[in-house]
Amino acid sequence: MNKRRPYVRSMDGWWKKNPFFVEYMIHEGTALFVAAYAGILLFGLLRLAQGEAAWNAWLSAMKNPWYIGFQVLALIALTYHTYTWFKIMPRTMPPVVVGGQRLSAWAITGSGLAVAAAACLGLLALVWGMAR
Amino acid sequence: MKPTLKRSNAPIFWALFGAGGMLSALLGPMLVFITGLAVPLGWLLPPDTMSYPRMLAFAQNFIGKGFIFAIIALFLWHAAHRIFHSLHDIGIHAGTAAKLLCYGSAMVGTLLAAYALLVIGF
Amino acid sequence: MSESQKTIEIEVLRYHPEKDKEPHKQVFEVPFTDDMSVLQGVQYIKDYLDGSLSFRWSCRMAICGSCGMMINGEPSLSCQTFLRDFYPARVRVEALSHFPIERDLVVNIEGFIEKLESIQPYIIPKEPRTLAQGEYLQTPEQLNAYEQFSSCINCLLCYAACPQFGLNPSFIGPAATALLHRYNVDSRDGGKAERMELVNSEEGVFNCTAVGYCSEVCPKQVDPANAVNQNKTNSAADYFLRFLTPKGGAK
Repeated sequence: MNKRRPYVRSMDGWWKKNPFFVEYMIHEGTALFVAAYAGILLFGLLRLAQGEAAWNAWLSAMKNPWYIGFQVLALIALTYHTYTWFKIMPRTMPPVVVGGQRLSAWAITGSGLAVAAAACLGLLALVWGMAR
Repeated sequence: MKPTLKRSNAPIFWALFGAGGMLSALLGPMLVFITGLAVPLGWLLPPDTMSYPRMLAFAQNFIGKGFIFAIIALFLWHAAHRIFHSLHDIGIHAGTAAKLLCYGSAMVGTLLAAYALLVIGF
Repeated sequence: MSESQKTIEIEVLRYHPEKDKEPHKQVFEVPFTDDMSVLQGVQYIKDYLDGSLSFRWSCRMAICGSCGMMINGEPSLSCQTFLRDFYPARVRVEALSHFPIERDLVVNIEGFIEKLESIQPYIIPKEPRTLAQGEYLQTPEQLNAYEQFSSCINCLLCYAACPQFGLNPSFIGPAATALLHRYNVDSRDGGKAERMELVNSEEGVFNCTAVGYCSEVCPKQVDPANAVNQNKTNSAADYFLRFLTPKGGAK
């Protein structure tokens, strides 16, 4: 008779057992805020399609303290998403060779964050320029 | 190994996830700041930044339409993909049901956005 | 053991398939010197305290890849993890996560061996060459393309670090994908199309959610996460472009 009886351990709660995994779950969790924010925008777009009164109702609803509170949390979550998105980038993208040298992880993350900062400021400038 | 390997359809969802992830990483924080905080609270930007005439004109403009559609649809697909995997991660291996719920919601949102943008006209 | 001898507690997850229904903890008090690796601590237990303790080891210098264990919850080579980094606290030692425990600290790696075979971890020549034609030549750039991925010692720390492998053991996983990639990007190799079938499959790279912990724990800086994620890009290109290219990719 075969005396082997390999024991398979449970995966329950694996993500609580290591700080690395806790961080992973937090940055994956930013998706909830991305989804909710996209939902709010989608609702606004539908209201816009319904005409001026509907749109203005949506605009004033956005001043509701609960919405504002959500947006503060969403801002934190999306900023964290930006940070983690570029932090993992050296592992997710193909190697970039510049002048015969492989670009360092720090350089990839750093340029990603710099581009994001420029894109955000560019967007603000654009909106400001169009609204003025 | 296994004689029959089934090709995964994940590239479709992964590509949408990646596009939405990149777009939200680049513009997400500022979009939330502008639409969720600056405009409702009257900070920094002119009070009529998101007034009806302005937003209507923006949504009727070809580029504006594309921008609004890309933001809403890709954000939804990005989030749907992550949430689908997170369900698996926390032990809800609902398979097809979870897939339908996550990607289905993103699909419905995408269609609604396209519908609204068409209704708004050109 | 003299009275003045310092000691450290090592808590080991024991499992005896013939006696135990499930694993249980056992604490041993082991004499401590600050040059002792965790492996040496475990060896002390086997030599002097309990000869029934089972574990794998060989080279004692991070080359052979056999002594991987969970040390305080982190996948580590026990030969290059030192007790002094935990002293005076207790050290927890457990068999590598995500693998079935065969006995004590020994895990069943049959699944990995099958995966290793399935990726065809050898060069499949693009064009056969006779001896008279001489050796294959490679430029430093061509060597750079794969060298890092060839450093894998099959220690399986990356699998113990990968929750997606834990959740779905049929996932081809980090090390096997890193080795697959190592051959696919070798300028001498012509087996890419065959290996891509595995990359593209349900067992392939899209099980990965870019946790990245595999690359953190790798003792050889292979960066398996990078191999897996580069192949997501390759696989997606293959998926979308297969109808355009005349020869097509994998089916």
